[in-house]
Amino acid sequence: MSQPSGDRSFPLPSQIDPVAGAEGWEEMYPYFSRFQPEDDGRFWFYNSMHFPEVVPAFDGITSEVPYTAIGANTARLFSFPTTMGIEYRIVNGRVYITANPVTDPAQIEARLADFQERAGHYYAHWDELYAGWQTRIEALIAEIEAVEVPRLGELDDLSVVLESRGYASNHLLRENFHRCIDLYSKMWHHHTEFLMLGYGAYVVFFEFCQQAFPEMGDQTVARMVAGMDVTMYRPDDELKKLAALAVELDLADLFVEGSEPDKVLSGLAERGDAGARWLAALEEAKDPWFNVSVGDGFYHHHLSWADDLTVPFAALPRYVEQIRAGEDLTRPTERLAQERERIADEYRALLGSEDERAAFDQMLGLCRQVFPYIESHKFYCEHWFTTRFFQKVREFGRLLADRGVLAEADDVFHLRHLEVEEALVDVSLAWASGGAELGARHWQPIVRRRKKILEALAGWSPPPALGPVPDSLNDPAVKMLWGITDETIQTWLGAGDLDADSVRGYAASPGVVEGVAHVLMNVNDIGAIREGEILVCPVTAPSWGPVFGKIAAAVSDIGGTMSHAAIVAREYGMPAVVGTGQATAKIRTGDRVRVDGDRGLVTVLRETP
Amino acid sequence: MTPPVLRFADVGRDDVSAVGGKGAGLGELRRAGIRVPDGFVVTTAAFGAAVAALDLGARVAVLDPGDAAAIAAARGELRAAVASAPLPPAVRDAVVARYRELAAACGTDDLPVAVRSSATSEDSAADSFAGLQDTYLWVRGADRVLDAVRRCWASLYSVESVTYRLRRGIPETDLAMAVVVQQMVDARSSGVMFTRSPHTGDRSVVAIDASWGLGSAVVSGEVTPDAFVVSKVTGEIVRRTVATKSRWHRPDPEGNGVVEDDVPDDLRGAPSISDEEIAELVAVARTVEAHHGCPQDIEWAVSSTAAPGEAIVLLQSRPETVWAEKDAAAARVATPTPRAFDHVLNAMSGKPRSGA
Repeated sequence: MSQPSGDRSFPLPSQIDPVAGAEGWEEMYPYFSRFQPEDDGRFWFYNSMHFPEVVPAFDGITSEVPYTAIGANTARLFSFPTTMGIEYRIVNGRVYITANPVTDPAQIEARLADFQERAGHYYAHWDELYAGWQTRIEALIAEIEAVEVPRLGELDDLSVVLESRGYASNHLLRENFHRCIDLYSKMWHHHTEFLMLGYGAYVVFFEFCQQAFPEMGDQTVARMVAGMDVTMYRPDDELKKLAALAVELDLADLFVEGSEPDKVLSGLAERGDAGARWLAALEEAKDPWFNVSVGDGFYHHHLSWADDLTVPFAALPRYVEQIRAGEDLTRPTERLAQERERIADEYRALLGSEDERAAFDQMLGLCRQVFPYIESHKFYCEHWFTTRFFQKVREFGRLLADRGVLAEADDVFHLRHLEVEEALVDVSLAWASGGAELGARHWQPIVRRRKKILEALAGWSPPPALGPVPDSLNDPAVKMLWGITDETIQTWLGAGDLDADSVRGYAASPGVVEGVAHVLMNVNDIGAIREGEILVCPVTAPSWGPVFGKIAAAVSDIGGTMSHAAIVAREYGMPAVVGTGQATAKIRTGDRVRVDGDRGLVTVLRETP
Repeated sequence: MTPPVLRFADVGRDDVSAVGGKGAGLGELRRAGIRVPDGFVVTTAAFGAAVAALDLGARVAVLDPGDAAAIAAARGELRAAVASAPLPPAVRDAVVARYRELAAACGTDDLPVAVRSSATSEDSAADSFAGLQDTYLWVRGADRVLDAVRRCWASLYSVESVTYRLRRGIPETDLAMAVVVQQMVDARSSGVMFTRSPHTGDRSVVAIDASWGLGSAVVSGEVTPDAFVVSKVTGEIVRRTVATKSRWHRPDPEGNGVVEDDVPDDLRGAPSISDEEIAELVAVARTVEAHHGCPQDIEWAVSSTAAPGEAIVLLQSRPETVWAEKDAAAARVATPTPRAFDHVLNAMSGKPRSGA
């Protein structure tokens, strides 16, 4: 970020008040994630897009590792001329970030030459390199799925001796846990490998469109670029197919609103051949398409659909009902593809010169080339890989619980990953020595304390930004990934100017609608959303797709017009206002609100008594 | 020889010299299949027979463009001459006959009409200086129509108009004016629209200003209209500003002319057109623009009496000029690069972009 001139400021990091009951929260995160005195002179913003909730101790890895990877790519691999990487800090359980700019013209010049060679290589060989990426990421997923949590029996397996393996199974406690961490790190390097280059192509086309057609909405640019066969839509598509099959097999009566997955599954088991066929189809769809996280893959409690059928099964009744009513739920990809071409053709025709039309075609073509990566990488990285990763860690947690170190498996997520390793050494030693693990006395009070700290921190409202306002915010990474620009900061600063009943954000999907708000802080509560309600949430993830069939409008705290909520809302033709910064803080469930997707304004009409 | 009166149905864009820009434009809109209230044009030939015959030119030519007092003194005399001179019977009979025919077609004998001057000049600046903006609304009966036509002609002898011609050295013999007589629409709402953004010049949108009642309130700037910006490509309403509309123009209940009045409270804050009407307006705007091959500045109205789906009518369309001039002067936004990805490499280079 550029150096601030200093007359306007958000609260400084050092001015943040402690939260009662959360004393000692610092121990949950590594020392290098803490604000330093000199950080008061820099501008930081709350990364609520990725970290809308308080970060548990283990989940600190989801900021530590991604920032080691993205910065390495921009700063050290591709040599982006004007930016190094992103620094992060955690305060009161929330992640704040800032980008490190390169401002020295000589250094920018030097980095530019390398950037052109390196980024040029990737762009010039994009399809071939992306095919290689696909192979690598799938291999990585196979690797994380194959990691075994060792079984520590009374004696090690005979085969270890007969094959003279040379090391006992307690060795694998550390090695295999470490493999999980190593693979997770590698996944994030893969994740960010194409990320900035891909978004870069998009942003350049976007800026061209804005200049040529100042009134063109962001969403229209996205529509010209969006792919048709999008991996992230597949899970929802599979669900719709299952709903159709339920109708076809005369099983529709089992799928009624409010039914628990277990009840539905046992009901199916009693329905003979038809039930068996449906269950077989479910199994077929699950691999790999239910490997989609109910969140964005940054928290351990974001389980996959396969891990917990609540979310997909909450969507099925409505789909079943729609299909019975004769609706066709399949995505009209042919029509969408034609519409995409028509829109692009019409804008091209409106350009003033052959030169501009040629430049438009180049940029649009490049965007469409890179978009399959942008649209699909999340499924492989944040969803499939990450949900498998957390399940493996959970298995190590189960081992720690079985050995008495932890009270229950999920308590493992209240330890930092280095602490988990330490606890595993305890088990390893106890198994080897024939003694007892000493961890129960050590870790269990820590876990209890940290659970209380998390509860206390959940009530804290993090400011959208900290520190002095920069003269201008021009970091490409911040703009591309978080959609944060000078205007965003103005909105945050001006939040006090609006009347108390309104919040302002990006007009992400047009239309105006009034209805009852449902504030959803945690994705696991998604089943509670009722037909016709207005979803108000910190951020939405692709797996929330099904809920969009029910709601009348969507409002989010974070996100730009390329955010998931915006894209899906447009797809469903419902109003959406995103990036409000504070909707979940100002709106309560049951409030009657008006969502104006044309102007980006949400107004509370009458608060619940 | 051009007849003194021509029906809209008989004119098109090539007839500017006979029926003026406005008259030719309305005929052309009808040819493009656009719904336009019917009417006729009192041609420049009629003007020639009725006004040029008075030989007022010599009296104008002797005036000094710097002597405002002399021009003001002459103005009254000149206008009185136009207003009092007996109309050639051929002109008079033709106007009366066409008016009666138009009224009969609408099932009445004193059809309210709008009477407006229609300039033959292509130069819009000349139009405004020349006092060619005269409009008489809600005129009923053949005699009143004839009177309004004469008043349009007489506007050529306003101080501004005369001064303008003198300064520009426009010979009085070149003087010509047509007058459009058009069935009046009792507009529930009306306004103007541009087939590109008047603010940014963006050609991918239609910008619509709309308010309650007759369009004269919007054109005169007496009311802050509702404003809508709609994408031509996607049909989405990109921006929507519903204003508080305090004044409106309505037909005088006494039967002649227009009254200006306060908008009732319950209508002030309500959008003056529906989303369906916006979509219809955009479709019409696109047709007109495509027909003319360049961005248009259009006046429209929503009739309060016509059947839904037939309520939108156009009152005028002319080429947009402001941005057309800026376009001609502006640099291009972008040029192609040797490799498509050079666009990205250049954008990320940390250097100001050329041509952008």
